[in-house]
Amino acid sequence: MSEILMTCRGLTKRFGKKEALSGVDLELEAGRIVGLLGPNGSGKTTLIKLANGLLSPDGGEIRIGGERPGVHSKAMISYLPDQMYVADWMKVRDLLAMFQDFYADFRPEVARELLRSLDILPDERMKHLSKGTKEKVQLTLVMSRAARLYLLDEPIGGVDPAARDFILRTILTNYSEDATVLISTHLISDVEQVLDEAVFLKEGRVVRHDSVDDIREQEGKSVDQLFREVFAVGLPGRAEEEKGVRG
Amino acid sequence: MNWKFTEDRPIWVQLSEQLSAQITAGVYGPGERLPSVREFAAQAGVNPNTMQRALANLESQGLLVTNRTAGRSVTQDMERIRTLRADQARAQVAQFLETMDSMGFSRQEIMAVLEEAIKEEA
Repeated sequence: MSEILMTCRGLTKRFGKKEALSGVDLELEAGRIVGLLGPNGSGKTTLIKLANGLLSPDGGEIRIGGERPGVHSKAMISYLPDQMYVADWMKVRDLLAMFQDFYADFRPEVARELLRSLDILPDERMKHLSKGTKEKVQLTLVMSRAARLYLLDEPIGGVDPAARDFILRTILTNYSEDATVLISTHLISDVEQVLDEAVFLKEGRVVRHDSVDDIREQEGKSVDQLFREVFAVGLPGRAEEEKGVRG
Repeated sequence: MNWKFTEDRPIWVQLSEQLSAQITAGVYGPGERLPSVREFAAQAGVNPNTMQRALANLESQGLLVTNRTAGRSVTQDMERIRTLRADQARAQVAQFLETMDSMGFSRQEIMAVLEEAIKEEA
């Protein structure tokens, strides 16, 4: 068994009275691509923010490389938030310089090569780029770090199929071999074939954590199909959905 | 290269099958060097560990050989490739016959249909 990179023990987070995460136990090994799968509101983003120290737990603990999130873990983690976070007025080359200043593990030649393959010029201003291109620039920056743990929050939400293929290929070719990539998404059929493991989050709890191969072998169905069963909405909801389609 | 995966079975199994079909079809010739696991995985859009498992499987079947310096390549054992090719043909035919049986065709009728189809193609 290889090294454990991330460990959660009884990890709990509350927002007001609502428990966003309830006693999550989870271990992620190094060298894996893991899907963090669940519908909206199941706690995916909360878990990712706890892992990179943007939130602190209300119960239990989370450790990255054996330590609590902090200065040490920030150097190990490359994080793609679910929203745009770079300043619009900046040029692509400013962003490269900023990442180079901030992160010792940033590989500028990798970033430049990726941007070239996308026909994005360093002198381009972020605000002049389309939404999809901005997302690709951000992913390029994040994947150009030689990190131990990549936390990608909805990297393929709302992009077209060609962009999705670029994003998945970029992830596959650029993560270092001893690194773990955690990809949160609810678009499972799109990412399933790049995953080693799937973690199902339902209402703040881990309801399944298995290798994708094992799920297919044991269930005789894809992770996507299993997901639809685990998270099936009740009959009234379904009837409504059908009505919607017909109308 | 186009890779298609169905929902019902592990992806590494499907990768193995499609790769061995490519080897018998000569897409990868005898002795030809394969891309690195990573590169190959990115081409197929799959996880590198999945690709690794598929390649290891083909290696254990004697279709691929690993050379410490040159990486992985297709076997040069033509006999092995011929056997595989014959196996694949037999499997296809068996499946075809089974379907035709279930549709109530006799062996003679099947032969007639086949001959006609081949003639039309020519």
